[in-house]
Amino acid sequence: MAHVSIRDVRKAFGTVSIIKGVDVDIQDGEFVILVGPSGCGKSTLLRMIAGLEDISSGDIRIGPRIVNDVPPKDRDIAMVFQSYALYPHMTVAENMAFSLKLKGVPKPEQKKRVTEAASSLGLTPLLDRYPRQLSGGQRQRVAMGRAIVRDPQVFLFDEPLSNLDAKLRVQMRAEIKELHQRLKTTTIYVTHDQIEAMTMADKIVVMHDGIVEQVGAPLELYDRPANRFVAGFIGSPAMNFIEGRLGPDGLGLPSGAVLPLDMKSQAEAGSEITYGIRPEHLQIAPAGTPGSIPATISVIEPTGSDTTLIVKAEGGNLTVVLRERCALKPGEAVALKPVPRQAHLFDAQGKRIATA
Amino acid sequence: MTAMATSPASRQPISFAFLAQVILIANSFIMLYPVVVMVLSAFKTTGEIFEHPFALPDFTQVGNFAKVLGETAMPTYFVNSIIVTGVSILLILVLGTMAGYAVARYESRTNTFILLFFLAGLMLPLKLAVIPLFILLRDLNLLDSRWSLIVTYTAIGLPSAVFIMAGFLRSLPSELEDAARIDGASEPRIMWSVMLPLARPPMAIAAIQNAVPIWNDFFFPLVFIQTDAYKTLPQGLTTFMGEYTTDWGMLFAGLTIAAAPITLLYIALSRQFIQGMTAGAVK
Repeated sequence: MAHVSIRDVRKAFGTVSIIKGVDVDIQDGEFVILVGPSGCGKSTLLRMIAGLEDISSGDIRIGPRIVNDVPPKDRDIAMVFQSYALYPHMTVAENMAFSLKLKGVPKPEQKKRVTEAASSLGLTPLLDRYPRQLSGGQRQRVAMGRAIVRDPQVFLFDEPLSNLDAKLRVQMRAEIKELHQRLKTTTIYVTHDQIEAMTMADKIVVMHDGIVEQVGAPLELYDRPANRFVAGFIGSPAMNFIEGRLGPDGLGLPSGAVLPLDMKSQAEAGSEITYGIRPEHLQIAPAGTPGSIPATISVIEPTGSDTTLIVKAEGGNLTVVLRERCALKPGEAVALKPVPRQAHLFDAQGKRIATA
Repeated sequence: MTAMATSPASRQPISFAFLAQVILIANSFIMLYPVVVMVLSAFKTTGEIFEHPFALPDFTQVGNFAKVLGETAMPTYFVNSIIVTGVSILLILVLGTMAGYAVARYESRTNTFILLFFLAGLMLPLKLAVIPLFILLRDLNLLDSRWSLIVTYTAIGLPSAVFIMAGFLRSLPSELEDAARIDGASEPRIMWSVMLPLARPPMAIAAIQNAVPIWNDFFFPLVFIQTDAYKTLPQGLTTFMGEYTTDWGMLFAGLTIAAAPITLLYIALSRQFIQGMTAGAVK
């Protein structure tokens, strides 16, 4: 187990800058998730930690030593790939023992470690099979087994669940988390799926366009997003944004409605700001309620546990999630009343100003 | 109504599958006929061949084979052919795979140039350059030796081998390589333990595709080899054809022996060969 620190790391392919100066500290035993939209540089950063990509500038430390120029095999890491990258011509047992064999670990010791890892992952009956004879979930487990047998200081996961179907993904999510709680190995996990990030991580690093937007615990990011990007990225369905102008009585909306703001804002009156509110923080009120947003119901999506409403308001679509079932009909005019102190305000640059 | 409704259903299975079978059977017949005639004639005397060309021979009559193996230099030719073909294929596979691996897996500015250089070899009929080649081999003191054939065949075979191997190796996911690198494998080890076992089908293709023409080649031995002890089968077999008379029975026996190894090689490698040909067709 080890502490990993990334200091002002940059990466450029030719003149194209992919990673534009990233600083992240990962504590010993921590489960950190790098999350962001495709092309944000998260996989490149992971590959740089693994040693599969060169670092253009900056330092990466694993434990006490700088590993910038250390080849992957000497970094004491193990990686699980999106496509699993199992050796097709080797059995499950051979796949798992390959790294030990290369290290010159004696045969009985190899067998012992493979057997242990296999039994902890429920792979014992599959040890003599080839990867092509396994299902997606089983292959995923073998890839994890291959990482576990090495007993590395750091586990790296590169979108390991992307190729699985939705149900299996939920199951494997729990298995990986359980595995981490058992082994307590420092883990860095890359995904574009913010649900995976929210459910599994001790700490989330939100990346966008080669920079880190925010680092924090899942609920911290959810409750206090540092900027509009993080606010929109974390949370599903995504946060609603309404552009408005700050007036003396509150926030003036495009429709002419005024939302009273219960906050001390650093923004000047008259400035353009973005009002962000999560779908579950909007309540349905009778049309015409003062201090609310006038809206027309457009689509109703019942999921059983809750109901998602798409409504037309303020010149766009807003999403509302109701925890209870509702008797509303499409086309009906309603008012949306924000839950007090749950809205987020962002300035024209997208930076967080306050919670309203 | 009923007839109309059933007729498309009953007609369809015949059309394509049946036609395909007919064509395939006819094709197999055309391909196998000369081979069968060759094997049958090997058990007949010259007289019998002309009297009953299509009759089944007496298979106990192995006089032709005994004569070919006992009274001619056929065993020497056979060994020469094995050596020349074997060493050439070995060199083609080893060098072609290594070059193909480098071209396919390492990023370098010279890669495209090197691949194009090899491809240029594919376009160039070496027989056109036989006179300069002859002079070159003479200057290298290789003329009239098995090496003259081996180096020539290796040079002819390399471009296609590099082309086949590079194309296949490029299609292997690079994550496999990354995984092996993290597992602690060195570059040669990645090639040997991870990539090559996966590259068996294209290697079989490169081997067969080169072995058949090399084994059957008549032109280069005719030009380069004078000493009887270094002659290969196709060249050696011509000595069975006299100016005035030819012992057809003996010639067919020689041909049968000559055709056997390459046929066996093909059968042995055919599974890999077919796998290679259909690779990527079905995931």
